[in-house]
Amino acid sequence: MINLGAAVLFWCSAWTLNVVLARSKLHGHRLVRLLVPTLFGISVLVLWEGLVTSLDISPIILPSPMDIAERLVAETATLWEDFVQTVLKGALSGYLIGATAAFVTAILIDRSMFLTRGLLPIGNFVAALPIVGIAPILVNWFGFDWQSKAAVVVVMVFFPILVNTVQGLKEASVMQQDLMRTYAAGYWQTLLKLRLPAAMPFVFNGLKIATTLALIGAIVAEYFGSPTRGMGFRISTGVGSLSIDLVWAEIAVAALTGSAFYGLVALIERSVTFWHPSQRSEK
Amino acid sequence: MRSVLPVLTVLIALIAVWISAVAPMNIRQSLDIAERAGVSVVPESARVRSETSRFYLMYRNPDEILRGYALDRPRLPTPKQVGQELWKTTGEMALKGRAFSKRSLIFHGWITLQSTLFGFALGTAIGILGAVAIVCSRTAEMSLMPWAIISQTIPIVALAPMIIVLTGQLGIEERAVPKAIISAYLCFFPVLVGMVKGLRAPAREDLELLKTYNASGFATFWKLRLPASVPFLFTSLKVGIAAALVGTIVGELPTGAISGLGARILIGDQFGTPLAIWSALFAAAILAGALVTILTVLQKVTLKRMGGAR
Repeated sequence: MINLGAAVLFWCSAWTLNVVLARSKLHGHRLVRLLVPTLFGISVLVLWEGLVTSLDISPIILPSPMDIAERLVAETATLWEDFVQTVLKGALSGYLIGATAAFVTAILIDRSMFLTRGLLPIGNFVAALPIVGIAPILVNWFGFDWQSKAAVVVVMVFFPILVNTVQGLKEASVMQQDLMRTYAAGYWQTLLKLRLPAAMPFVFNGLKIATTLALIGAIVAEYFGSPTRGMGFRISTGVGSLSIDLVWAEIAVAALTGSAFYGLVALIERSVTFWHPSQRSEK
Repeated sequence: MRSVLPVLTVLIALIAVWISAVAPMNIRQSLDIAERAGVSVVPESARVRSETSRFYLMYRNPDEILRGYALDRPRLPTPKQVGQELWKTTGEMALKGRAFSKRSLIFHGWITLQSTLFGFALGTAIGILGAVAIVCSRTAEMSLMPWAIISQTIPIVALAPMIIVLTGQLGIEERAVPKAIISAYLCFFPVLVGMVKGLRAPAREDLELLKTYNASGFATFWKLRLPASVPFLFTSLKVGIAAALVGTIVGELPTGAISGLGARILIGDQFGTPLAIWSALFAAAILAGALVTILTVLQKVTLKRMGGAR
């Protein structure tokens, strides 16, 4: 009970500190903007730890954050092997193939008004469908190893990126395109120097949505059969064999990977579309 | 309306690609069956054929290609087969008065729909409450918003089996609960973001006008901010309900669920009946389309009654 009291006390004081910080004049400062959510996250973890230890919850139901951290350190080799199998081989290769295919398709479609008008509603519809369901079919077609996972990821990321890129290619205004014409620019020059740069905020929007989808696809596909490694495999077998702390360690890795992947794409976006209003607000 | 013809053309082209892909996808299986039936096929053993190109097999055995369009357990079924299977498990059973038998997709679709709507309601409530908290309190904004974004970068499927174990350990036997939690997790974020945008949509002049009326904070919220957020709310609800359906199906896939469209996919995989997988997939697509359409109609009616021209 003492632990729980301490944890609740910590939560309250962290929240109070956050209120003070948010109301102070410093609230716009970058450091404070980072500190407030971090403090909130830490206080949630402390509350979790306090709850688990003081209420004596069995580690089979919910392990404490400390147990999970211990597992993370102890099982680094296994976790790394799973990471390579699921993220680097499955998700990343599928993401790259799918993104390239969608990008090229978008540029090809864009040349024909008819095709754009026909494909955009279909693409929008398909992007809203539960595509993960095709995982068992593709595992059946491409075998158990990472190729089938990459195939699922390709299909999942294709439509969001396609739809966003096609929309982005419409972004350059008629005036701007006319200006390019007066410069005697050809189709490819207009595309490279005007329309693609103008489309980039949209393209990156699609790429960012696709990062999460890629991980989801790679993990779900492993539930339908995989070699004896990989995050999805470890999670599904871990739940069965009650090594719950390893499952949570695996979840922590997945969460960190997802955030890092998203962050990486956002970082690239920032350097590519530095000119866009949404990127230059905080100065 | 202008886009009906292009959409139809693209759809027909897609179906044509699908039908022509059936022949190479199923050729090995058709040849195996033909060989067992005593027909002479060109490379003789199945081992040799598995290392030969599919198109070469088609070229050498042109008479056996058609067999691939009528297999019981095809690698790739034809659109007609999927349509027939879909009709057999929905319309035909409904006509026989067995719409809610365990083998009908109407029954499984209903199970999935229940969890989806439950999760959608939960996710929408969390999203709206979160947005109100974020708009009202700067502390909440600064501490919650980054975590809301991070929560969406976490692959929920990794958490899905854990959520099911946890709810099971807590003594919740109802299978719909973990599925609804997963779909709420996927669905709350678009609603949150849309509502924050919507609640902040009123222009400064409007807010100042209400100030000159001496309106309280609550009145400003109720009479200005909330109505202004409705168009944003509907746009994000449409994204949210699609996400909720994805969440439910993901919740049914890895967990050994026995009913629901995701479970049909899982069972179809385990028993090697591709037609069941394909028909469940299409049923899910139809469900998604119907849900989004309903919300679009609701959006149009509501905005019209509110006097909006958007």
